[in-house]
Amino acid sequence: MTRRVSCGSEELHVLAVDDSNVDRKVIEKLLRISSCKVTAVDSGSRALQYLGLDGEKNSVGFDGLKVNLIMTDYSMPGMTGYELLKKIKQKSSALREIPVVIMSSEKVLARIDRCLEEGAEEFLMKPVKLSDVKRLKSFILRGEGDEHGKKQTQKRKLEDDPSSASSPLSSSTSSLSDDLSPSPPPSPSSTLQPLSKRNRL
Amino acid sequence: RHRSRREQAQIMEVGQLQRKFVDYTASLFCEGFLDAQFTQLQQLQDESNPDFVVEVVSLFFEDTEKLLNDLTRALDQQIVDFKKVDAHVHQLKGSSSSIGAQRVRNACIAFRNFCEEQNTDACSKCLQQVKQEYSLAKNKLDTLFRLEQQIAEAGGAVPM
Repeated sequence: MTRRVSCGSEELHVLAVDDSNVDRKVIEKLLRISSCKVTAVDSGSRALQYLGLDGEKNSVGFDGLKVNLIMTDYSMPGMTGYELLKKIKQKSSALREIPVVIMSSEKVLARIDRCLEEGAEEFLMKPVKLSDVKRLKSFILRGEGDEHGKKQTQKRKLEDDPSSASSPLSSSTSSLSDDLSPSPPPSPSSTLQPLSKRNRL
Repeated sequence: RHRSRREQAQIMEVGQLQRKFVDYTASLFCEGFLDAQFTQLQQLQDESNPDFVVEVVSLFFEDTEKLLNDLTRALDQQIVDFKKVDAHVHQLKGSSSSIGAQRVRNACIAFRNFCEEQNTDACSKCLQQVKQEYSLAKNKLDTLFRLEQQIAEAGGAVPM
């Protein structure tokens, strides 16, 4: 049960937004190793430009590649990840259906709440792990549903089911897991994933 | 086929270098210079990008040197802008965390506490501490990468 992506392939195109050179390089690698196409930008305004949401009539807009997921750092100078999230999720936004994931090195519950309420798919603690990306990828490919209510149910499902991050999910995307190399050793991921879920609230 | 003395010597050299590398890496983890995040980065490295770890760490060195200069200047001002100082330290904490430079990261955490207190003297001391930890981390990582290079030059594979 794979989600049909516009160009017909099973590769997700992820837009990564982070002002840190180091973090951008790492997230890019994590995504490439997980067989995702990546576009990495260093600010919220560049992200909006890329998405064609910056309101500029003469903006370059898409390079033709539909974006399936946006992963953005929370703390950025200029426009924060939260502000970027709000802009993308506006009622008038043509791209409000694109799932947005917030990444942060600081676990501030009020911040997490705010982001989830504004429509963020997930809130990941930095440094982001390969297991986080794998989990995200299979979640997106399963099709997270268009209605907000459906999304909430699935989010709760992932939280309630402690084994959801292991075999049940990966068995449904077994054709893709061949692309995912190298696999991290099982024990670290299984101890880390419940932690990030707790962090997500 | 029968190995020449030269080949035998080369094989021994590679073995010695590899053992040195393994021991040195272990010591860096043991002494808390590196944490699990560094291992994550090593696991992401593959044939398509065999210099990935060196590249990320080099970016870290570049960014850190700039941040340390900015911090020195910021703390030198007549009236210190602690918000700015904290922002720089936050950045450094983030990037050191992303490469697994644990002691640098921990020094940043202490630093941020004093930023909150707006304590210039304590912040200056913290900056010295961070500079020291960075210098140590850089030396250690440079040594590690040099060992890797030596192994490769001797015709061996780097044990990961």
